[in-house]
Amino acid sequence: MAKVLEMRAITKQFPRVLANDKVDFDLEQGEIHALVGENGSGKSTLMSILYGLYQKDGGEIIVRGQPVEITEPRQAIDLKIGMVFQHFMLIEPLTVAENIVLGSEIRKGPFLNHKKMVAEVERLSQEYGLQIDPEARIADLSVGLQQRVEILKALYRGAEILVLDEPTAVLTPQEVEDLFQVLRTLKSKGTSIVFITHKIKEVLAVSDRVSVLRRGKKVGTKLTKDTNEQELAEMMVGRVVLLRVEKGPANPGPEVLRLDGVTVKDQFGQVKVNNVSLSVRRGEVLGIAGVEGNGQSELVEAIAGLRKVAGGRIYLGDQDITGWSPLRIRKAGFGFVPEDRHRRGLILDYSVADNLILGIHGSRPFAGTAGIRNQGKIMEHAEELIEKYDVRPPVAAQAVRNLSGGNQQKVVVAREFAQNPDLLICSQPTRGVDVGAIEFIHQQVIAQRDQGAAVLLVSAELDEVLSLSDRVAVMYNGEIVSVMPIEEATEHKLGFLMLGGHPEEYGAGEVSGNAEQN
Amino acid sequence: MQSRIKAFPWQELLLPLAAVVLALLIGSVLILYVGENPLTAYGILFRESLGSVRNIATTLQRATPLMFTGLAVAFAFRAGLFNIGAEGQLYLGAFAAVWVGISFNLPRIIHLPLAIIASMVGGALWASIAGFLKAKLGVHEVINTIMLNFIALFLTDWLVTGPFHGGSWVPETVRISPTAALSRIYPPTRLTTAVYLALVAALVVYIILWKTKRGYELRAVGLNPSAAEYGGINVPRNTIIAMAISGALAGLAGAEQILGLNNRFIVRFSSDLGFMGIAVALLGKNHPAGVILAAVLFGALQTGSAAMDRLTAVPRELITVIQGLIIFFVAAEFLIRRILRLKEEA
Repeated sequence: MAKVLEMRAITKQFPRVLANDKVDFDLEQGEIHALVGENGSGKSTLMSILYGLYQKDGGEIIVRGQPVEITEPRQAIDLKIGMVFQHFMLIEPLTVAENIVLGSEIRKGPFLNHKKMVAEVERLSQEYGLQIDPEARIADLSVGLQQRVEILKALYRGAEILVLDEPTAVLTPQEVEDLFQVLRTLKSKGTSIVFITHKIKEVLAVSDRVSVLRRGKKVGTKLTKDTNEQELAEMMVGRVVLLRVEKGPANPGPEVLRLDGVTVKDQFGQVKVNNVSLSVRRGEVLGIAGVEGNGQSELVEAIAGLRKVAGGRIYLGDQDITGWSPLRIRKAGFGFVPEDRHRRGLILDYSVADNLILGIHGSRPFAGTAGIRNQGKIMEHAEELIEKYDVRPPVAAQAVRNLSGGNQQKVVVAREFAQNPDLLICSQPTRGVDVGAIEFIHQQVIAQRDQGAAVLLVSAELDEVLSLSDRVAVMYNGEIVSVMPIEEATEHKLGFLMLGGHPEEYGAGEVSGNAEQN
Repeated sequence: MQSRIKAFPWQELLLPLAAVVLALLIGSVLILYVGENPLTAYGILFRESLGSVRNIATTLQRATPLMFTGLAVAFAFRAGLFNIGAEGQLYLGAFAAVWVGISFNLPRIIHLPLAIIASMVGGALWASIAGFLKAKLGVHEVINTIMLNFIALFLTDWLVTGPFHGGSWVPETVRISPTAALSRIYPPTRLTTAVYLALVAALVVYIILWKTKRGYELRAVGLNPSAAEYGGINVPRNTIIAMAISGALAGLAGAEQILGLNNRFIVRFSSDLGFMGIAVALLGKNHPAGVILAAVLFGALQTGSAAMDRLTAVPRELITVIQGLIIFFVAAEFLIRRILRLKEEA
């Protein structure tokens, strides 16, 4: 097969880091080439250089045999290179067709030829098998469909080389499957694809070849069929990684959290959590599996006191905490890793030290008489946790904004876990976190369990639910549709229930448990 | 990437300085246009504002109310609130001070502190209305503080021309008792001990924001209210507290005007001191030390402009233009930074 793209010895120096250090990369006609590495390993930088967003400091780029200089995206587009970013660049009030043709609109005199635009987009979407309604407004589309519009946008501009920057980060599992289908179709039509990700499973599922970057250097390129999860993880992290957390059997004690018919509504009065009853015991991990948006977020926020409970009661130990303030619930022995660390979990402009006391900042020893902060104790606390939870770089005074995603998450985890709470809720604890940090966070969750915490884990990653949980609950459409011991949970069964399948209908009437058991 | 330093952001000083230099450069083009030598004009400006102890005292006197209103705006800003209402809070604070000043007969050691405290309470209560509207009803503070400015203005107009009218043909109250007046430090200039009070206020603001649990909460609310709520911080309560403290600081500017400068309440005495506070806070990067420096700069420009007007063909309005340009460049710098930050994240 012919090489459509070669990047040779690409070097890019940022003020404090060497983002790309003599990186070689090539792409063959009609292949899907995965580019993987931990956060900050230089994958996005490399592709941004290709797309003309950054200027390289060294090396050369050869497109279809011709050496080229790409200094702005316009030139990349002219070379039939398209890029789909993690954050979409769509105009929400406009329609799909209007967004796709934006910048090269089809005109009839001074007016837009609306009919032809729609027809053109329809033709394109049929040619590539990307179903979409050209006249739908972007704002009304799901994230998965918006991404499809981005891909169509690139194809409309004639892209033959398509770069996707972490395209799955924003998608639900089914949308990921749909995307992979789209990529395979594009490949069969001859499009060459670079697929940036840090999820190894995705690499194995969809790519033909895979290149691994680590700290700005290329570690190697492999044929996907000749490699495996373990090898890729080691290449990414640079050491042996435990992909499945090692844990002993659970030793469940008395009940710590009990939900009694809890109902939660959103700000529009829509029921998001419907009459949920659940219990989590000391020394066990209860995992809630479910496609995002089925009420998990609302449920945990209600437990944390961040959302009003519309009906039912919540008990922590033998106290009824329904309607308590977040602070009071925390003080009753509650720790919470929220799903969105940037929005909820961290104050990005605060230092690591100040973030490590959020929630306990008002208690001794961090605040003394007259509410004066005890800077010495705050720093001491920070140094201790930074060491114990391996936060890098180990600088307590550094603003959290400047840390990588994985290290930011470690700050949240350190803060919440260090309090040794009776009840610990971990919501998407490893989202956007790289392999090495995932391993570490998983070990810490199990350590908390073994110290006697009741852990409620909410995750969209089935792997995570399956490897950490002692019992698994499935949430669908605001309800807990099933609770089962881990021995009875399989990926297939959970997938079936998550999509709304009835527990009674799974397999040959093999019913393993349901909500009423709790 | 650079780490932000909490204590005093020295590197942050560069950009406001650049704004000032640029504004002066553009100002010099205007000076050339009216046919004067910019160096001469600026020389006079400098000499007449900072060239002697007496001129420095005048500059500080003009700077003092701006220190208070600048601190007021900066404090609210740190808690994520844009307090456009310092002007109204200043009027209410001033009225509270004048009321105590004329209504009581007390020994100085009680009377003066009482009048000062009254100004803080007046400003704080007025600002709390805005805080309450924001925290409990979600009425944006920019809108409600602007509205409250008008109410404060007309309310004090009525009070001073009505129930508290001094009796003369001028719309003003009677003079306060001498026991409530601030002492002059460097006569014949009208610089009073209020300037010490302003420096203490700056220190207190610094301590509250960076050394107390309250400040931690206020800044957390300002930077990320969702995370603050998650961390058990009561966002509505902190919003009201932030507005109240901001209002108390603005009220102190009113006290300076009443107890120090005018010794009576003259209708609409404030020459936009509350609004100038926004400019001062902006230039001072919402840091108490920066606010003090920015207030002194503005005080100096105003003090020097009269002499420049008198001794050269340059009209004093040039100083207003320069002040405007300074703000323009400081604001543009925010814009440039925002663009840079977006690029970093992309």
